[in-house]
Order: sequence, then structure tokens, then C-alpha cells
Amino acid sequence: MVEAGAGSREDTARPSQELESVVIRFAGDSGDGIQLTGTQFTNTSFIAGNDLSTLPDFPAEIRAPAGSLAGVSGFQLQLSSQEVHTPGDTPDVLVCMNPAALKVNLPLIEKGKVILLNTSTFNSANIKKAGYEENPLEDGTLDDYQVFPVDITALTLGALEDSDLSQKEKTRCKNFFALGLLYWLYNRKMDTTEQWLNKKFSKAPELAAANIKVMHAGYNYGVTTEMFASTYEVKPAQIQPGKYRNVTGNTALSLGMVAASQLSGLPVFLGTYPITPASDILHDLARFKNFGIVTFQAEDEIAGVCSAIGASYGGSIGLTSTSGPGLALKSEAMGLAVIMELPLVVVDVQRGGPSTGLPTKPEQADLLAAMFGRHGECPAVVLAPATPADCFDIAIEAVRLATKYMTPVIILSDGFIANSSEAWHIPEVDTLPDLSVRFTVAEDGKGPFTRDPETLSRPWIRPGTPGLTHRVGGLEKDFNTGNVSYDPDNHEKMIRTRAAKVAGIAKDIEPAQVVGPESGDVLILSWGSPAGTVRRALEVFQKEGASVAGCHLRHLNPFPADLGQVMAKYRHVVIPEMNLGQLRMLITANYDVRPVGINKVKGQPFRVSEIVDPVRRLLQGVH
Amino acid sequence: MEALKLTKKDFTSDQDVRWCPGCGDYAILSTVQKIMPDLGVPPHDVVFVSGIGCSGRFPYYMNTYGFHSIHGRAPGFATGLKVSRPELSVWLVSGDGDAMSIGGNHLIHILRRNVDINILMFNNRIYGLTKGQYSPTSEIGKKTKSTPMGSLDRPFNPLSLALGAGASFVARAVDRDLGHLQEVIRAANAHKGTSFVEIYQNCNVFNDGAFSQFTEKETKDDTVLYLEHGKPLIFGKNKDKGIVMRGAHPEVVTIGGEGGVLESDIVVHDETVPTPHYAFMLSQLQYPKFPEPVGVLRSVEQPTYDEMANEQIRRAKEAANGSSSLEKLLNSGDTWTVE
Ligand SMILES: Cc1ncc(C[n+]2csc(CCOP(=O)(O)OP(=O)(O)O)c2C)c(N)n1
Ligand code: SF4
Ligand SMILES: [Mg+2]
Repeated sequence: MVEAGAGSREDTARPSQELESVVIRFAGDSGDGIQLTGTQFTNTSFIAGNDLSTLPDFPAEIRAPAGSLAGVSGFQLQLSSQEVHTPGDTPDVLVCMNPAALKVNLPLIEKGKVILLNTSTFNSANIKKAGYEENPLEDGTLDDYQVFPVDITALTLGALEDSDLSQKEKTRCKNFFALGLLYWLYNRKMDTTEQWLNKKFSKAPELAAANIKVMHAGYNYGVTTEMFASTYEVKPAQIQPGKYRNVTGNTALSLGMVAASQLSGLPVFLGTYPITPASDILHDLARFKNFGIVTFQAEDEIAGVCSAIGASYGGSIGLTSTSGPGLALKSEAMGLAVIMELPLVVVDVQRGGPSTGLPTKPEQADLLAAMFGRHGECPAVVLAPATPADCFDIAIEAVRLATKYMTPVIILSDGFIANSSEAWHIPEVDTLPDLSVRFTVAEDGKGPFTRDPETLSRPWIRPGTPGLTHRVGGLEKDFNTGNVSYDPDNHEKMIRTRAAKVAGIAKDIEPAQVVGPESGDVLILSWGSPAGTVRRALEVFQKEGASVAGCHLRHLNPFPADLGQVMAKYRHVVIPEMNLGQLRMLITANYDVRPVGINKVKGQPFRVSEIVDPVRRLLQGVH
Repeated sequence: MEALKLTKKDFTSDQDVRWCPGCGDYAILSTVQKIMPDLGVPPHDVVFVSGIGCSGRFPYYMNTYGFHSIHGRAPGFATGLKVSRPELSVWLVSGDGDAMSIGGNHLIHILRRNVDINILMFNNRIYGLTKGQYSPTSEIGKKTKSTPMGSLDRPFNPLSLALGAGASFVARAVDRDLGHLQEVIRAANAHKGTSFVEIYQNCNVFNDGAFSQFTEKETKDDTVLYLEHGKPLIFGKNKDKGIVMRGAHPEVVTIGGEGGVLESDIVVHDETVPTPHYAFMLSQLQYPKFPEPVGVLRSVEQPTYDEMANEQIRRAKEAANGSSSLEKLLNSGDTWTVE
């Protein structure tokens, strides 16, 4: 019988082993509730005080056939009593809800690690669908692992014997059995999940009750069976005091946009078209209409960006969100925003390309497209968040630069940052920057192209302003009057001015931040989502006393003004990126440096070893 | 109180107009500049958005706010502007290629959304700016530089296309009949929702005379059907021809005389018919079998996208009851405190 409040330790006999950190991967069919299970474990662990990082790994197909390899969904998380920068390289514990999940995930796990299996699903049909000839539970495939076979589906049905739910509804509760068992194994309380279930199923309390019952059954299964010799405990991490919440990159970006709207006093207008992995930005912002946020689901990406530019012209913060294929479609209109010198924020949540590529997997291969993927001399500011939580700050920075310099700003997020989550130290609102904007009026005595001598920015004049009617457009404009001009010298002057305006932003951004020795053998120069893995690699080198430092770039165009001086202090500059060397190409072109690339384009984030090993080889060559 | 009376000059910019001498665009520009002072909106609250083409230059010549955008995409810019600034009077000037080729997708969607914008589509049945290729409204067999043996594809009927996309206001006018053009543009402006106005415009350089049968004195009385709300569909030099319905099909008949029909048998024009069938029938009246209708084919009240979008925002703010604080938002969801 399950009593309320169960979840405290009842089996004092079982020893509890303390771990610094653990990597758990839940895997199963996309219909098995894997993402939900992972999220619940994450939230519970956050509340228990662990530092955490997560990585959902969705299949590309929404409804791949049940039990197929294409339909396997995964959710990996790392929890630790130390600071966590990544969801972990390889799982310590793999939970597999069916044979296909085992087939897909076994290559990820090292020998000797724990595999928890739902044996109910290992029937010959499923085994065959997963591409196994023989039952992997019996043919020695798993001999080198610590395997815990549990008849999860049967135990779930057993726990719900008295329930009036249909067989199908009962079976669907099985992920909560696995969750309960893991809660027991890691000494976690179940109340957070219970509260969540009660809220989620407030209209169907019988479903809430069933799931809770099954979760307790899983927990008690751990208590009563002798299967596990010990439970584990990951102590709370030493974390900066303050208030926290769990955010994915896309959510943090959306919150950042709401904040930017409030801080600038301008409405945000999002014009966009759905595309994985960027759609959640639309979904999030669509819920914030009470903050005056307008979301417009256009007929395509082109109309999306055009509507955003139209709104910017009207005095809103024009925003458009997309992924690679959509970035390509938006390029002509972005050029218009460049020549019109209007603010615009373009979010590109990068995914594997070219073309449809690997739509659910991260890649960093749009950097050169963001830099140069428009016709003509067409400079735009390019920023990249380092982590999911950093998306909040990057959104604010993007709006600051777009409105101050009247320029498009491209934010290069990626599928990893967008969907993975981390604990976010919620900022105090009064510590956020003032983004207030003053629209130009007739009394200012400025024309539409009277530039600020400092920023080279032109005034933002909203239609509706008396006395300042003027025309903007894609034709080249006279430097002084803003009227159409075909004059050759004027054209070159305008091109050079627009370029100088964007280049000059280098004076207005944070200098390059170095972690580790200020000079030495190796500088790991990174951008975007490898940030966390690079931090782990730096910790490894730091422990060894190796002369390796890191510099992570959030501003990619322009680069921080001192980047050249910083790089010059190291014998080698190493650039890990999920492409074939795009930042490396930019650095080579702009500085007297020949960086070494670490390049991976598998649709998977870097593992720590994939950065540590090549740097180590380089160091060995140095000494 | 007597507001300062605005004149045509107040809506005329200081830029040199660069169309070819004799181009129909001049007449349209002059007509728009002329009626603007009567619309009760000061120049600074008016925005002309355009795409690319000869027609795309239009905003430069208006002393209002102007936004000369990219080829085919004007509906996107105009939608973003109107939704975010519903108080502005937003006009969209486009060409047959701009609106119906590259911008076809955007056109049908702005019409379906019914954003409160006035669209003036200058149809010269040719690509003017790129020097004379056939367009999606060119007749089959059109010989141009790009189709020396004649074009193969069937043309769009812009009015039918607009009606098919659910347009709430559909009208047609001709660049040579300025009085009528004025009336149609005024009606388009008065309509709340997307107003789609096709203007037959002569490109005297690359497609001269494309509409001469509708503009020349000798023919026009028999080739043009002037639509007037509540009036029968009568045309002809002697006002003795009309349109009747035979089952589902329109037919040209003679009124009176031997074998003629009674005037009361002629279809009476009603631009407010809620369903689009009747307007669609009108849009399909094509020369030479029929006279071509000009005037307002359809004008029905429908909610506008810009109004509804802003209404949702108002309701969301109201529901939040002033408690939409950033602080609260950032601190929402499952939070925890580290001491
Ligand atoms: C993306 C793009 N493709 C092609 C062009 C070239 N172009 C400019 S105007 C035009 C056709 C314009 O035809 P229409 O809309 O009928 O305008 P008109 O010049 O007849 O008024 C074309 C093909 C362009 N400017 N941009
Ligand atoms: S090319 Fe034709 S449409 Fe263009 S300006 Fe000349 S006459 Fe007018
Ligand atoms: Mg044309």
C-alpha cells in the first residue's frame, strides 16, 4: 500500500553511495513519454539542489511506426554536486523502454555501465523491428554491461489492477514506473512530480491518481526487490545564492525578448513561419500578448521577415525566428533592412544542413551564411548565445544593438541550445540595461539620413511623425538627403559608411573574456553551443596545470576589439566548431593567426574528450 | 473649426517623376494625389508601400511616408506595418508581375486575412521595368522578347483570383477614365479591410494599346460595363444592352425592340452579396464575348486581421489586469532558491 508522503527512505538497510555526478539517459518509443519523464526527473533534481544540464534528442518523424528505430526518442541529463556545463558525454545509466531504444543507444554507452530495460517489450516482433536477429537479452549482446531487466509494463498493469482505466490508458502509465524506480535509486522525493500530475490532470483526476500510483509502485519495486545493491545520492551543488528556474534556450530567448520590449518601451512584433527547432519561440511569445507582444504566423519565411521589417519601420522591435532553410529565404529582405538601415532581429536556430539535412540535430554551419549570405556588401551584426540561459542576455543585447545602430542583428542559436535546458539564475529586473529609444521628431532638425557622428546610425523616424514625411527603399540613397541616388561616388560612400557603422560596434561590446592563463601554449577559441564542453575541457587542463586557456565569443560580427591581441598571446589557437571550419576561416581572413580546427558535423554535440585529446596532442608537439 | 485645407500639392513630393512619357502611371499618380486631400488624413499619417517594377516607384512621388520594398513582397511589409500601427492609412502599389508572379503567394494571403490596406495593382499585362517580357496577365500567344513564338501559359484573371482568395473588396478601373478611377479609389479607401483594385494601365513602350478597346471612344461604350450598386447591368452606346442570367450563365441581351427583353429582366448590381458567386460571375465577363466590368464588384464587411490581432492583445492585457510585470514573468514556472 502506498501512503501519502512516501518517498522518504523506508529501507534504511540499503546503503547509499555518494556520487559527484551522474549522467542518465531515458530512451524509448516517441509514444512512451520519454521527454516528459526526463523533464520530471530534471525538475525534481533542480529542486533537490543539483546543478543540471539536459539534452532532449527527438526523432525527426513525428509519428514514426511504434517500435521502429526511427521512432526512438531520448532525453539525457547530467546532474551534479559541482557546476555542470554539459549533459554529459556518455550515460552512466541508460533506461530503455523497448528494443529499438536499446539498439539506437547502446553505441553511446561504455562497457560496465548500467542498463535498465523494460523486458515486457522484448517480444519477437519488437526485437525484429529494432533490427536484432536474436533477443539481445539472451544472446550475449549485453554481457559487458550491468543489466537490470524489469517487466515494467506487466508491473504497471499489476499496480492498476483495480483501476477502471482501459488497458491502453494503463499501459501508458509505464514511464512513471521507470521514473519512480529512478527516484528511489537516486534518493529523490516524488512530491514535485505528484503536484505536477495533479495539476496536469486536474480535469481527469483518475489519470493523475493512476500515474501517481504507478510511480509509487516503481519506487516500491526498488525498495522491495534485491535487484540493486545500493542507492545513490548526488548532493546539492555549491551554487551562487539566488532564485533559479530551469530554462531551455528557446524559452530564455523568448523571455529575453519580452524583457527587451519592456526595457525599451517598444512592442515586439514577431513575424515568422514554423520550423524545427525554432518554432517554440513562436509558441512562447504567442502566450505573451499581455505584454503587447504581437506574433504573426506568416505564409512563409519571406513574409515573416518582411512583416517584421514593416513593423520595425513602424517603430516596433521587428523580430523573425527561423532555422537554416528559412534563413536562406530571408536573405533578400534582410538586405533591404541593411540598406534601409532599420532595426531587425533575426534568430537562426541552426540545425544540420544543407537543405532539410538533419532537422532535429544541432550544427553550427550557418555562420558564413549569416556573415555573407546576402547579395551586395551587406553587413549585419552576428551574435551567438553560449548556453540556454545566455539566450536571455543575447536577446537583450541584440535589441540594444539593432535599435542603437539601426541594423539587422542575427542571433545564431542552435538545436542543442534551443532544446536543452539549464538552471538559470533569474536576474533582478533593475539590473537589466536601459534600452529606451527616442524616435526622431521634426524639432530635432534631422533628416532621415542625418547620421549620429559617434555611432554612424541614422535616425529612427516613425511614420505618423508630422513634418518628416520621407521615402525609404531598396534603391541607393543619397548620403545627405536620403533621396534616390545613382551617383557612383555616393554609392561607394554609402557602402563604406554602412560597413564602418557595423564595424564600429566593436567599441561598444564586451572585450574578449579569457578563462585560464593570460598567455601560453593554447587558446581554445569557441562560439555557440560547444561552450559547455570547452569549459569542461578547460577544467581538465587546469587540474593538470597545462597551459591552456579559453575564449568564448558571443559577438561574431564585429569581433571584440581586442581579439587580435588576445590570440597573439598563445602559440596555438584551436577552434572547435560543429562545421568544417567557418569561424576558423573568418579568423584566418581577419588576423595574422593560423588556427587549428576541431570540426565535428555529426548532428551531435562535442564530447569533452573530442576537445581534450586533440589539444593534448598539440601540447605534446609543443613541448 | 476649419482645419487647414490640404491640396494636391501637399501630397506631391519634390522628386522628378521618371516614368516614360505617355505612361499610364502618370494619370494614376495624379488621380491619387488629387483625391488624397479629401480623405481627411494628413500626409504624415499615410504610408505608400510598393514592390519592384515601374509601379514600384510610385511612393517616391507621394509626399507621404513611403516604403519601396523588394519584388513581390510588399504585402508582408504592409501587413507588419498595419498590424503594429493600425492608425496609419496604408496603401500598397503593385504591378501585375509583382503581385501575381513573384508575389502571388503573399497577395492571396493578405486578401484572405483582410488586413485593412488599399491595394492598387497596375495591370499593364507586361513586365515594364525589365523591358517587356510577358507577364501572368498577358494573353496566350503573347510575343515578347522572352517568348518569340508566343507565350504558352493561360493568364490569371486578377479579379477572379482575388475573389477566390476571399477578398472583401474587389474593383477595377482604367487609367484613361479618371473620374471613374477617382470614384473607385475613394470607395477602396472607404472600405475597411483589404481593398483590391485592378487598374488597367497602358504601358505605351512595351504593350501599347493593350486596353484600347476599353478606352477608345468608338468601342468603349460597347466593351465596358460600368457597375453601379443598385443599378441594372446595362451598357452600350444607346444603353440598350444588358446582362441577364440564363440558368447559371450570363448572357448579353438587347433591351426593348423586337425580341428584346424588358429592362426589369436585367440583373441589378449588388456589390454586397455575401457569397462571392455573383461577383465571380462578373469577374469572368471577358471581352470580346462580354463587356468587361469596371467599378466595384464586391464590397462586404468582414473583420480585419489588424483589428482582431490588436483586439487579442487588448483582451490579453485586460485579462492580466495590469499584473503583467516582467519581474513576475521571469520568476514564473518552477523556481527554487539557493541560499
Ligand atoms: C527578386 C527579383 N527578381 C527579379 C527582379 C527583376 N524585376 C524587376 S521588376 C520585374 C517585373 C515587374 O513587372 P510588373 O510587376 O508587371 O511591373 P511593371 O514594371 O510592369 O509596372 C522584374 C522581373 C527583381 N527586381 N527582383
Ligand atoms: S516601361 Fe511601360 S510601364 Fe514602365 S514606365 Fe515605361 S511605359 Fe510605363
Ligand atoms: Mg506590369
